[in-house]
Amino acid sequence: MAVSETPPASEAQSIPKPPPAWLSILRMLYRDKFALCAAIFLIVVVFCAVFGPMLLGEAATDQNLRGRNTPPFDFSQHWTMWLGGDALGRPLLARIIVAAQNTMMIAAGAVLASLIIGTTLGLVAGYTGKAASQVIMRLADVIMSFPSLLLAVIVLYMLEPAVGNLIIVLAITRIPIYLRTSRAEVLEVRERMFVQAAQVMGASTFRIVFRHILPVVAPTLITIATLDFAFVMLAESSLSFLGIGIQPPEITWGLMVSQGRSYLTSAWWLSFWPGLAIILTTLSLNLLSNWMRTALDPVQRWRLEISRKKK
Amino acid sequence: MKSFLGKRAIASAISLVGLVILVFFLSRLTGDPTDLYLPVDASQEARDNFRRIHGLDQPLMVQFFQYVGDLLRFDFGESIRRSEPAIDAVLRGFTWTLQLAAITMALVTAMAILIGSLAAFHVGGFFDRLATFFSLVGASAPDFWIAIVAIVIFSVNLGWVPTSGTGGWEFWILPVAVLFIRPFGLILQVVRGSMISTLSSAYVKTARAKGLRNRPIIFVHALRNAMLPVITVIGDQAAALLNGAVVVESIFGFPGVGKLMIDSILQRDFSVILAAIMVTAFAIFLMNLLIDILYAVLDPRIRY
Repeated sequence: MAVSETPPASEAQSIPKPPPAWLSILRMLYRDKFALCAAIFLIVVVFCAVFGPMLLGEAATDQNLRGRNTPPFDFSQHWTMWLGGDALGRPLLARIIVAAQNTMMIAAGAVLASLIIGTTLGLVAGYTGKAASQVIMRLADVIMSFPSLLLAVIVLYMLEPAVGNLIIVLAITRIPIYLRTSRAEVLEVRERMFVQAAQVMGASTFRIVFRHILPVVAPTLITIATLDFAFVMLAESSLSFLGIGIQPPEITWGLMVSQGRSYLTSAWWLSFWPGLAIILTTLSLNLLSNWMRTALDPVQRWRLEISRKKK
Repeated sequence: MKSFLGKRAIASAISLVGLVILVFFLSRLTGDPTDLYLPVDASQEARDNFRRIHGLDQPLMVQFFQYVGDLLRFDFGESIRRSEPAIDAVLRGFTWTLQLAAITMALVTAMAILIGSLAAFHVGGFFDRLATFFSLVGASAPDFWIAIVAIVIFSVNLGWVPTSGTGGWEFWILPVAVLFIRPFGLILQVVRGSMISTLSSAYVKTARAKGLRNRPIIFVHALRNAMLPVITVIGDQAAALLNGAVVVESIFGFPGVGKLMIDSILQRDFSVILAAIMVTAFAIFLMNLLIDILYAVLDPRIRY
């Protein structure tokens, strides 16, 4: 855990036998029931994303024209039909589970790419000289002042709307967030004593930035990334909803909502369930990120640890 | 202050130029609009003619410099689709979006500040938990989904409000309500967080020790100082709305600038795309300026 390398943790080590970092984090998570539910739900979603297409890929594309727009909650049918069937009689639940893979993959890819690129650029802009920093910040300004959804629309209209391109587009629009945050943090952290100590001891710039500064900045960035994951998911859904994201037969939740739109008055469940899946996932991410903001911050962590002693 | 304004204007002008260059070439890479506007069996002559009228027969660089030259005379080009000046179409759409954004943000700001402050005053209480949870749900909801669920419930089943289009005030209810949700959730959380830290500061304790009642403490003493971070978020959210609430506008058939941009991209109406981007970028620049000035008004320690 990167947290254990931050300076306040070294003070904690003088206290006899601290429990391992991951154990205390798990304990804190268990205490916050909202965050716990969120974490469990996210694990389920990730499980669906990884194994869903393997287990249910067949069932999700299995058309049954007699079962078109089957209403939900008919428990006499196979369990994949419990949430109803879509316009071609395919089981909605199975399709939602399978669609989790594309939805998650695009969001995760975009967040990871923008996190890595944005943080690296931000560290460079914050720690090194003015010229590089100016160029990087102006570039970020250009991206920030641009309506990100429209940038995505133009680029996707130009390129094929495939998973890879969608990831690239979404990543580009999110880079400035990490860039600005990490730069702002570095500007503050580089003035601290331990950075000066490292400089005096002759550590290379590379070492100072990545071994000394990055671990201090990391918790903030990870929290933002969790929040941003939700944002990217919503952005991808919007794109797919507008018809310029993922193209059928590939499916994502956003695309499913848009496909159900034409049956809105006769079969509400086609759009409702995938939308609910989006809400629950983004809500879980928001809850978890809220919890992480406190749990990963050494200054605020006592709030979570104190409440344990009360009970 | 003046040098600050100048610096801001220059920085914004640089990013605007970058934006125009980027969009000019990117949009033209999406293809030739000739095929979209002329029938499939149009003669070569008609095609050449169409290209010549809209200046598409020139090399890309020549087109670009021509466009920049026109721009310096405040000529934003003609819309291919509507055969009217692009800037007219954009300003019409922008007026709609501006009204929508203004109404939404006014409601959001008032409600978020009121509810957020009250929640912060009773941290951990029932009202606080309720407000926090609903703001989280609001911030997590995809607006297109909320929009279509709202249409099914309130327009189709209950028949209270029209599904889409423009007209009287009843056409504004659903778009405003749907656009309201996400910014409200986000701003409420910031108000609450900022209020909590302000309420624990020393001067609030002093006010309390003097025996002031709660309401003036929250809304007179604390609110002004708690507003700084809130204003930043309000600015971000308002910018997002000004950029065109693309999805909501297209679901409700609202003739705003976001819908105009999407349509223009799909129709390769290049001069409209560029004009729309420049107009919104300028509006956002003005708004950011306003926010910086508000900072200085709220906190006299801030000097530019």
